[in-house]
Amino acid sequence: MFDNLQLLFVWAPIINVQVILDGIFVGAVFALCAYGLALVWGVMNIKNLAQGDFVIMGGYLALVLHSWNLPLPVILIIVTIIMFVYGWSIYALIIRRIVDKDMFVSLLATFGLSLLMQQAMNLYFGPEVQTIDMKLPVIDAFDNMVTIPYSKIISLALAGIITAAVVIFMKKSRTGQAIRATAQDARAARVLGIDTDRVYAFTFAFNSALCGAAGVLVSVIWVIQPFYGITYSVRTFAIVTAAGLGNLPGVISAAFGIGLFEKYTGMIVGTAYEVAAPVMILLLVLIIRQIHMKRNRQVVR
Amino acid sequence: MMRRSTFITYAGLGLFGILGPILFPAYTLSIAYLWMMVLMASTWDILGGQMGYNSLGNITFFGVGMYVSAIIQISIFYEPGVGEYTSAMGAIKPEFTDQQYYWGIFLGIFGGAIAALALSLIFSTFMFGLRGPYFAIGSLGLAIAAAEITVTINYVGGASGISMPMFPGDIEFRSVFFYILCFTLAVLSHFVIRGMLSTQFGLAINAIRDDEDKAEAMGLPTLIYKQIGWAVTAVFMGAIGAVAGNMAGFIDKEVAYPVPTFGIFMVAMVLLGGKGTLWGPVLGAIIFHIVKETTWTYLLGWQWVTLGLILIINIVYFQQGIMGWLQSKYPEMFGIVVDQSNINQEKKES
Repeated sequence: MFDNLQLLFVWAPIINVQVILDGIFVGAVFALCAYGLALVWGVMNIKNLAQGDFVIMGGYLALVLHSWNLPLPVILIIVTIIMFVYGWSIYALIIRRIVDKDMFVSLLATFGLSLLMQQAMNLYFGPEVQTIDMKLPVIDAFDNMVTIPYSKIISLALAGIITAAVVIFMKKSRTGQAIRATAQDARAARVLGIDTDRVYAFTFAFNSALCGAAGVLVSVIWVIQPFYGITYSVRTFAIVTAAGLGNLPGVISAAFGIGLFEKYTGMIVGTAYEVAAPVMILLLVLIIRQIHMKRNRQVVR
Repeated sequence: MMRRSTFITYAGLGLFGILGPILFPAYTLSIAYLWMMVLMASTWDILGGQMGYNSLGNITFFGVGMYVSAIIQISIFYEPGVGEYTSAMGAIKPEFTDQQYYWGIFLGIFGGAIAALALSLIFSTFMFGLRGPYFAIGSLGLAIAAAEITVTINYVGGASGISMPMFPGDIEFRSVFFYILCFTLAVLSHFVIRGMLSTQFGLAINAIRDDEDKAEAMGLPTLIYKQIGWAVTAVFMGAIGAVAGNMAGFIDKEVAYPVPTFGIFMVAMVLLGGKGTLWGPVLGAIIFHIVKETTWTYLLGWQWVTLGLILIINIVYFQQGIMGWLQSKYPEMFGIVVDQSNINQEKKES
């Protein structure tokens, strides 16, 4: 452990650049899924444990489309549309019936959904680890100490464009305003003539589309496998809980923070801890928030 | 004075428990797993059903009990300890005598239960300030963190796991032995829970479920009740974990912390049977186990899809479970007196 610390800060500080860049790439992808979860959680109080499986499903769709030799932006658009329709149908079939129920119900129902999707993908695509090879060059900087594949840069740019589009959409468009109004007070929104059922459906489908887009990026820069979904779900939960509900800019910065934290933990204490890191963050955030609230004799609910 | 229907149920289940392995010797281990699932569902229901704290992390105690019992069983009669044992796996395998094995396993079960109890007391110092979904997510985080931390400890074999000591008897006696352990633990847990629910403890945790703030305002020491509830769960989960580890013969992260399988199954079983009732978890576990074994046999490859579907349909369309449905349909069977004027009023309002 101290060897790694010395490596980072004494012998070759340039490796920091690599770790930070990796953290930013990871964070950009997390930001997309976490934004979607924060929306669904805030608007309709659904805790979607199938979030990670939406990501993996988007990745597999991209894999299929890539085998037809389509360019990346086209793949991204098609996957987003398919995932939007998929999210809408999941809402109509399952989520609509549990929206006003006990909150634990949503956790369990989406867990069942996650189980179902994992296994369906496992049966259809097989359990192998797969990736999209874009056959793009890799930049070597600082005497080959830092390697940046072009695919990661393109993905980062795409993630930035999507995030900007989503933020502008939520601020300016009528639908975005309706979503925010429903999140603030569903009853008042209904009184003012907003069809909240449609807003719920749209929000869930929108979340699913965002996850699908993130999945495309994941399949380009890392690997996908039917059972990797749960790790993404845990990370998005950590991010949203850390940022707090209704704090959408906070979600994005927390995503980058957790991405960096994960990469640094992996670098310093070993990659075996990389999965445990976000879980630890989640627990720490919950405990710290609890201690703060206990002073006022309140609890985290 | 026990009611007649209760007596018949106990007699039936008891007879099945004793005659099951005699009549169907090929299914002894399968029925042993059934009792294990009955225990898991019943203990989950203390917190989840009766107290309103939906825990997804009870499986942590299962895994800790399993690992602690393995450490005790091996290091108590093998001088160099578990660290040597796991790294020398395959090369030297120490032989345990019969007596050493049985002493080891009973001490292991005991030690696993104690370790789980201690862990639950530590957890409850910082977990019970969380309510509702935060408790569920936090406890799920505990389970995942425990699994990831166990993998990194080289002393217990890291990711490659520990292979448990060989059972000294022949294979038929082995399954009967573990069957008896599982059955005894399940019966014990059932009567402990039944006894606890019939005392003031049962009323107190129901009050916590219905409105914790009011319960606290009435002067109930809610934290202590919650700690006792989780501690009982942990003791039984730790003990059954120790048994399960020996039953499987080999333990690693996947066997010890089956978060996506048993961790969720126990919740699904309780929901299927009806949560917050004494018999709901038992009934749910039996039905779930039968469905699971059938799909595993006849729908291989699709079994997970079937299980996911069962979970979704159960939760979305059939939330109160079998016992809950029976209770609302035939309340007089459960000794619940329904005030007729209330029903009429409700009808008028709706």
